[in-house]
Amino acid sequence: MLSIKNLKAEIDGKEILKGINLEVKPGEVHAIMGPNGSGKSTLSSVLAGNDRFTVTDGEVLFNGKNLLEMPAEDRSREGLFLSFQYPVEIPGVSMVNFMKTAVNEKRKYLGQGPMSAGDFLKMLRDKKKVVEIDDRLTSRSVNEGFSGGEKKKNEIFQMAMLEPKLSILDETDSGLDIDALRIVANGVNKLKTENTSSIVITHYQRLLDYIVPDVVHILYKGRIVKTGPKELALELEEKGYDWIKEIN
Amino acid sequence: MSDQDKILKDVTQSDYKYGFVSNIESETIPKGLNEDVIRLISQKKNEPEWMLEFRLTAYSRWLEMEMPKWAHLKIPEINYQDIIYYAVPKQMAKKESLDEVDPELLDTFNKLGIPLEEQKMLTGVAVDAVMDSVSVKTTFRETLAEKGIIFCSFSEAVQEHPDLIKQYMGSVVSSADNYFAALNSAVFSDGSFCYIPKGVRCPMELSTYFRINAANTGQFERTLIIADEESYVSYLEGCTAPQRDENQLHAAIVEIVIMDNAEVKYSTVQNWYPGDKNGKGGIYNFVTKRGLCKGVNSKLRWSQVETGSAITWKYPSTILLGNDSSSEFYSVAVTNNYQQADTGTKMIHIGKNTKSTIISKGISAGKSQNSYRGLVKISKNASGARNFSQCDSLLLGDKCGAHTFPYVECENNSAILEHEATTSKIGEDQIFYCNQRGISTEDAIGMIVNGYAKEVLNTLPMEFAVEAQKLLQISLEGSVG
Ligand SMILES: Nc1ncnc2c1ncn2[C@@H]1O[C@H](COP(=O)(O)OP(=O)(O)OP(=O)(O)O)[C@@H](O)[C@H]1O
Ligand SMILES: [Mg+2]
Repeated sequence: MLSIKNLKAEIDGKEILKGINLEVKPGEVHAIMGPNGSGKSTLSSVLAGNDRFTVTDGEVLFNGKNLLEMPAEDRSREGLFLSFQYPVEIPGVSMVNFMKTAVNEKRKYLGQGPMSAGDFLKMLRDKKKVVEIDDRLTSRSVNEGFSGGEKKKNEIFQMAMLEPKLSILDETDSGLDIDALRIVANGVNKLKTENTSSIVITHYQRLLDYIVPDVVHILYKGRIVKTGPKELALELEEKGYDWIKEIN
Repeated sequence: MSDQDKILKDVTQSDYKYGFVSNIESETIPKGLNEDVIRLISQKKNEPEWMLEFRLTAYSRWLEMEMPKWAHLKIPEINYQDIIYYAVPKQMAKKESLDEVDPELLDTFNKLGIPLEEQKMLTGVAVDAVMDSVSVKTTFRETLAEKGIIFCSFSEAVQEHPDLIKQYMGSVVSSADNYFAALNSAVFSDGSFCYIPKGVRCPMELSTYFRINAANTGQFERTLIIADEESYVSYLEGCTAPQRDENQLHAAIVEIVIMDNAEVKYSTVQNWYPGDKNGKGGIYNFVTKRGLCKGVNSKLRWSQVETGSAITWKYPSTILLGNDSSSEFYSVAVTNNYQQADTGTKMIHIGKNTKSTIISKGISAGKSQNSYRGLVKISKNASGARNFSQCDSLLLGDKCGAHTFPYVECENNSAILEHEATTSKIGEDQIFYCNQRGISTEDAIGMIVNGYAKEVLNTLPMEFAVEAQKLLQISLEGSVG
């Protein structure tokens, strides 16, 4: 699914990612944890194609294709989805119009015709149920005036609509209340198949109780410094990051 | 180079799709402006003596006037002796039948999406097509005449309806109103005339399409619309010009008179050639548009989508004279590259219980400057007047400028005036968010801009709203970077 080799990236001349190696297979869930500022969001931005960051070295293959050569929109159309840590507000653009455009652009890329209005509305209804998102939210402008938690829910709703192969969830749990956390995590689980994978970035074990990872990585100062089974997350919860910092 | 910069480059180099030049021979008079030139224009048009006098009076006033300097515009010196004031596509005695019209000319309008064969026309739109200095063809005249509606070129109206012209020409915008109005009054060549009789709802949209083709010429047209009591008309104006390295001058006048209980909607999609990405060439657009809500409960709505011209100087205004009369001004003005726009409106409240609404949306990109300038004036006797103004600016990138100059003069304490203003920016993070959902940068900008301008676009007649939407997107393609 995803194969990252020695990925290095910088912003404004400052190196943030210092050689990332990561292998994600179809059906796998990987958790990435790590202290603030270690480069987790940078990694997801670079994978999603945000050109504020410059890739200086390394290689990324996404289902066999050279990911780093594709423009951001093609990465999305190929099936890469990023749930943003800080979703952006787009005033004046309705959620429905936004999603219709996104869905149809992807279909066009895959050589399919646009969806009929009826099919689209049905899809919208079905996917809203998956994340139990309020009708009122989808009739508004994209994220405009949404609460922090509503924005996160809306990310997962969009994920459901776009049916990605690989989802990167960047702290989707932060800002969610306890019920919402459960709903969102259940949503993610419902969308999971043996052919789809996720990278879950989080600070808390809480989310990993629901979305159970196959592998846990610790990112520190732009490098993956430790990789282990799901118990590694529990260990971190208990001990914090000091022991990691000491050995690095 | 980032992707966005690349797109910027790609698109700004293809851009203006109406920039072609038609190979039509034109008959022009020599460059320059003096009394003899004005006499010559008048003579070529076979005008009555009173029309020549109107022109000459305007000319003598113009000579005493100076170019206005108050706008937030850098206007290069214009050499008025270096302009051709009259250019006519050859063979242009106006033809009754299309068979006689130069096919190249028909082809030009076809390319612009304005077919002049009536059976091919958008149903419900009558067009007066003006090329350079003259009206080429007015469609659906007979259909309209059955209802008593007069829709013809200004020159024909001078010949056929001299009483109406004498009564109303210059009654809303006098020939001494301002520098460009005086110039237009002296040298105007053609334009449209429209009269809707009492009690008649015009059954189709009326539209004038202006095209500058000949080089080195100025275009000076005037439009006069009279809506008699209880009548209604929706009017649309469109315009384009070839891509040329030199600047060309366009100075027009629009006058609208609206009687008791009548209503006029005047929509403009202004798409003059804006100049290239380095600011070379483009139309200088200096226009005086004014409506007089003369009658009780008369209504005027201005809708404008301004995407073209190197320089735009334009303030469609309404004089609310009749009691209970009302006017709305809806505007989207887009500037990109080195374009400059200083545009807005004036609402002059004179009658009692008069109402006005101003919704202005400025969009600036590239190194452009975009200003809103508006005046709301409430006169002493205008008791119960109301105005609501909203001026929003949207910035793409950080090298452009947006400015608002709202002026209020209020002489009556019973007036209720509200003003709102916002400035926002399309950020790279918004674009990236759209990209991440599979939406290209171009489409993302189009979507955001159209969302922003929706309120204004919704006031345009359906067919044109779609056109305008596309136009907005094209004008801004590649402008974030
Ligand atoms: N424009 C920039 N200029 C310089 N440094 C930057 C810039 N943007 C991000 N950084 C730095 O890059 C580092 C990694 O940031 P990143 O957002 O990837 O961290 P993170 O692991 O996601 O942290 P958190 O857990 O707080 O979300 C931080 O030290 C941050 O300050
Ligand atoms: Mg982060």
